[in-house]
Amino acid sequence: MTVVLTGPQYVLPHVGGVLRELKVRGPVAVVTAGWQERETDPGLVPDLGVPTVNLTLHSRAEDVFAKDKDFGAAYKERQTRLRMMQDFYRVRLDHARDAARAISVRHVDAVLLAEERKASVDAVRNLDRDHLERCAAVNATFEAKWPFTERESVTRHKKELAALIQPTDALLIAGGHVAVLLNRLKLFDLLALVGNRTLIAWSAGAMTLCELVVLFHENPPHGQGGAELLDRGLGVVKGVAVLPSPRLRLRLDDPINVGNFAMRFEPLACVTLDHGARLVAKRGKVVSGAVTQRLMPDGTIQRGWP
Amino acid sequence: MSGGRAIDTFLAGPHTPDAQNAFLSAHSFPIVEGSHITFIFKGAADAVHLKHWVYGLPSSQTLAKVDGLDLWHLTLGVPAKSRIEYKLEVVRGGKGEWMEDPLNPNRARDPFGANSVAHGEGYETPDWIERDPEARTGLVDEVMLDSKTFGRRTFGLYLPARYRRSRRYPLLVVHDGHDYQKYARLQVILDNLIHRLEIPDIVVCMTSSPDRLVEYANDERHARFLTEDLVPHLEKTLPLEARPQGRCLMGASFGAVAALAAAWRRPGFYGRLLLQSGSFAFADIGARNHRGPLFDPIVRFVNDLRADPIAVSEKVFISCGTYESLIYENRSLAPVLEGTGMDVRYVESRDGHNWENWRDRLREGLSWLFPGPLLLVYE
Repeated sequence: MTVVLTGPQYVLPHVGGVLRELKVRGPVAVVTAGWQERETDPGLVPDLGVPTVNLTLHSRAEDVFAKDKDFGAAYKERQTRLRMMQDFYRVRLDHARDAARAISVRHVDAVLLAEERKASVDAVRNLDRDHLERCAAVNATFEAKWPFTERESVTRHKKELAALIQPTDALLIAGGHVAVLLNRLKLFDLLALVGNRTLIAWSAGAMTLCELVVLFHENPPHGQGGAELLDRGLGVVKGVAVLPSPRLRLRLDDPINVGNFAMRFEPLACVTLDHGARLVAKRGKVVSGAVTQRLMPDGTIQRGWP
Repeated sequence: MSGGRAIDTFLAGPHTPDAQNAFLSAHSFPIVEGSHITFIFKGAADAVHLKHWVYGLPSSQTLAKVDGLDLWHLTLGVPAKSRIEYKLEVVRGGKGEWMEDPLNPNRARDPFGANSVAHGEGYETPDWIERDPEARTGLVDEVMLDSKTFGRRTFGLYLPARYRRSRRYPLLVVHDGHDYQKYARLQVILDNLIHRLEIPDIVVCMTSSPDRLVEYANDERHARFLTEDLVPHLEKTLPLEARPQGRCLMGASFGAVAALAAAWRRPGFYGRLLLQSGSFAFADIGARNHRGPLFDPIVRFVNDLRADPIAVSEKVFISCGTYESLIYENRSLAPVLEGTGMDVRYVESRDGHNWENWRDRLREGLSWLFPGPLLLVYE
């Protein structure tokens, strides 16, 4: 299976060009669930030059929740719990970052400072690991109690989705709200329906296909900003964490910050996806890229990864 | 101590037209050097004065003439990150003429015209006030309302670029909204902050009053107009959240008084307030203060509020320039409001009572009152 991960499409759309390069004539299936109730709005997907069919995952999920009320209520309860856990995890991260900063400005031996820096990063990695494990436990408990892939309210849509996907040559996943998007993709186990078709995803869509979904913003109007994990992604592309819109969101001119970011998510490669950027993966492994930048553990930026 | 400033180097050299021309072509004006700004005027005059609105400094300061040349200069000590609006008064034949600084291209416009602007060291014009070509443009329309309170009123209505009726939006009501648009780039800033996901999609109502000094000064009719005419009309006709957390009143100067007074008269209805350089005059004794009769209703209001402060809203953002005479009033108000249990954020800037000061604080204020989905949305 070929997977192409790209950056934002609203300024320099190039997904149509990718389709042409891959000789995909269409039709192609499209997921725009990250835009929630606006998923069928015109303009969310650039002109592709091939016929498209929108899978309307967001409205299908809303239909499931409305018709299967017990399941819908349980699902929303789980989401509320996960949101609260995310908030508490963020509180812990803020304190860990404050501690790291307080230590980093001490005037001590450089070797000791480097060791302490690594310890600070490890402390954050522990919080990340703990958060992922606890999210996984909540999800496992929920899925054991509510095996939704077998629920009639879900399987009915899955059948329709399978029929819609059947004549298509590729699946496109647009950006938007990454948590909403990831949840809808999981709810309908969409990738199982796609088979070996080509996958092309941008921004939030690209994030969902990686092993970890890293949320990040280092230039917020308030607070210090930073990165946090949302959850495990769908893991279609291994070994990389993608970072869309880096110019707005990352402080790439700060080598310490770049190094900490990269070390925190090792062994994943942290790679930016700006306008026009592209990563191509085959059998789960990234084999080529364009207009990408990789954040390196030594604080440098490697242009053009891999 | 001069510290080797450009003007001192020039003064120490020959006072010739050639030296003057070389000096003028070698610098941009005013000359900013560390914590000092040197203002220069070139031309024949009997006297030249710097006229500014920095509270705490004499509002008129005389430029010195360079011997043998029609060149005038004045150096002021100015703290870092200051922003100063000013004019020059050129006196000829006993008559003074106020003018913008001919050597300085930086201007700030306001309803009275324009002023020259000096940026102290470290001041940076925010990048988010310039139109971001990637940002989608919202729609502004002029809308009429036949209100019970004031009869027909028109207001500007901003709808975000991707507005649609199936969503629910918070509502921001901006006093003197048309001026915010003209002089503080409100629409560009809204487009940019929404694009950056720093604030959510938001509907903004830009009001203006034909009699603001009366209506904004704690007038029950204004509170009624907002709360019983305007906001209900908007909530009926637009997909708004229609809850306190989704209603914000904003204003500057008398507009800030209008916002706080309306919230005070209808406690709990407005969950967000953005108050910029509010004219919150009060008296520690008596019912008047030095600002004159226009402020009398405000003094009564702020005195009452200070005597019996209550939580009228949930989150209140207050900003004021340290070069404003109102800094004392705003500094005094912040702890009073905070003491009621409201979540208050108070910020100061080294600026005066002007539209660009208010413009520069909009990102911090709006994004604190209405945080956007920065971490979760990736287009």
